[in-house]
Amino acid sequence: MTEAPAVEARNAVKEFGQGEATVRALDTVSVAIRKGEFFTLLGPSGCGKTTLLRLIAGFDTPTSGAILIDGEDVSDLPPNRRPVNTVFQSYALFPHLTVAQNVAFGLEMLGRAKGEVAARTAEMLALVKLDQMAGRKTSQLSGGQQQRVALARALAPRPKVLLLDEPLSALDLKLRKEMQGELKRLQLETGITFVFVTHDQEEALTMSDRIGVMSGGRILQIGTPREIYAHPTNRFVADFIGETNFLSARVRGGKAVFGGGVEVPLSRPAADGDVTIAIRPEHMRLVPRGMAGALMATVSHAVYFGTDSHIHLKLIDGTEIVVRQPTDADSTDGPKPGEVLGVSFAPAAAQVLED
Amino acid sequence: MARSVFTVTRLPGFNGVAIAVFVALYAPIAMLVVYSFNAGDSIAIWEGTSLRWYERAWANAQVKDATFRSLIIATTAASVATIAATMVALATTRKKPFRGQTAVYVAINQPLMVPEIVTAVALLIFFATIKVATGYQGLGYLILAHTAFCIPFAYLPIRARLEGMDMTLETAAADLYATRWRAFRHVTLPLMAPGILAGFMLAFVTSLDDVVITLFVKSAGQDTLPTYLLGQIRRQVTGEVNAISTVLLCLTVVLLTTFFLLTRKKS
Repeated sequence: MTEAPAVEARNAVKEFGQGEATVRALDTVSVAIRKGEFFTLLGPSGCGKTTLLRLIAGFDTPTSGAILIDGEDVSDLPPNRRPVNTVFQSYALFPHLTVAQNVAFGLEMLGRAKGEVAARTAEMLALVKLDQMAGRKTSQLSGGQQQRVALARALAPRPKVLLLDEPLSALDLKLRKEMQGELKRLQLETGITFVFVTHDQEEALTMSDRIGVMSGGRILQIGTPREIYAHPTNRFVADFIGETNFLSARVRGGKAVFGGGVEVPLSRPAADGDVTIAIRPEHMRLVPRGMAGALMATVSHAVYFGTDSHIHLKLIDGTEIVVRQPTDADSTDGPKPGEVLGVSFAPAAAQVLED
Repeated sequence: MARSVFTVTRLPGFNGVAIAVFVALYAPIAMLVVYSFNAGDSIAIWEGTSLRWYERAWANAQVKDATFRSLIIATTAASVATIAATMVALATTRKKPFRGQTAVYVAINQPLMVPEIVTAVALLIFFATIKVATGYQGLGYLILAHTAFCIPFAYLPIRARLEGMDMTLETAAADLYATRWRAFRHVTLPLMAPGILAGFMLAFVTSLDDVVITLFVKSAGQDTLPTYLLGQIRRQVTGEVNAISTVLLCLTVVLLTTFFLLTRKKS
């Protein structure tokens, strides 16, 4: 038997409201999060990611389905009886307590011995580099320091799972980058399973072991950052993460046939029929017109970004696409509007979407 | 330029009006305080400084009696009212909005809206019936009446405090293994404590100050400090009344200043 997942949702449904006004915030979600994993729930606001987090924490109970932590069904347990701690978006630090008292709160509620509480609190404060601030009131700290207190407070009771609800959204860009590294370090040092909620795709890609992309109360795709980015299985995932070109094609005998009759072999099997194919702008190249296996396209305009250029083109069937080209050292001018070129790509870059 | 900005303090006559208002507000009180130190019998002719009226009030058994009764009633009524108000405030801010919530607000704040004399007459008739039925003549009636009209005064600052509180804090406490009771005890209660204390003091001052309802509800020999003063003034106005009023004034000012310090927002 394999090891039980750290967190598992089984057909979890959460509805708010009653009768006509019922809103299904979470629609039959199943996911298994492995032990020691940095798992990110990624999606736009209202996609259900925070609802799922609240179900795991126990702040809400599922309308149907179950939540399991470490193989044990906790669907009916209140939050204080779940081995899970949360870092809140607003930090929710107790304003009447000092930094150290905040960090010690969970351990004290668990009834740990005084010596243990003190030792563990000191250890946690050292871990987040706030040992100098132990006696301060939380209102005397900067946003980044408050963030660290919230982390130390949630990690102190050694939860089986740490839930993080968009914890970096209140920080400015520089501090956010710093905390991203810090979070990853803490996760590796403690070995605790992190479930991280964000709407920031870059944050998700750089920090996660695996990502679950959510939309409309469902998890659309689960995979490593590479899998999610390189092989999105549907249009929403492809569009939400990074920039993507969507091309219409017809699959026939393992080949994709594009407008104009150009055939490109597919690297992965797909059923015959009309499909949408996603290709990242940086995986496409401009080639001279008429080259075999290249799509004909007319340049609309080009935007120069320094390190690369974004060339906007129109295919024969009217589809607008973008090709990202690194700038050459010797290049003088890019393609001109109205110029007709070929667009080619490796078969592996073409991702057939399921819907 | 700043000169072109309209400010009310630059209007002609602003200073005059302001001074007139302050004089109207504080001159009578200043007179009262000054003449409490008068050496003579009159409350209008100054005859030198002395503490004789304070000494006389201090020695007056009736004053002591009335003061003691006032304090008992105010302490008990304010305590009970504060506990009730705390529970109502929790129920009206910590639950999802429920049907009839506005009705609860109105019901709780009834003493602020119904004319006091109406409440007084109603209580007189109501308690008279009970007195006849039970024969009980004690302070309970006054305490009960004061408790009732003190509740809104205790309720308003407590509610304000709770509404300004981040509800996520209680969620965070639950997340950190606190049971409902311990979350209340260790997070909610300490955070709402200034509101509770402020509510108590406002209720206490309101009770201490009440005349109308007390006058209607009290049995014979149950004078509180305000009703005793009223009775004295009917017979003969002496500096003793000034002295007692001055002490009462000081007590109220101290309590209300503390109330202000507790409720003002920390910068």
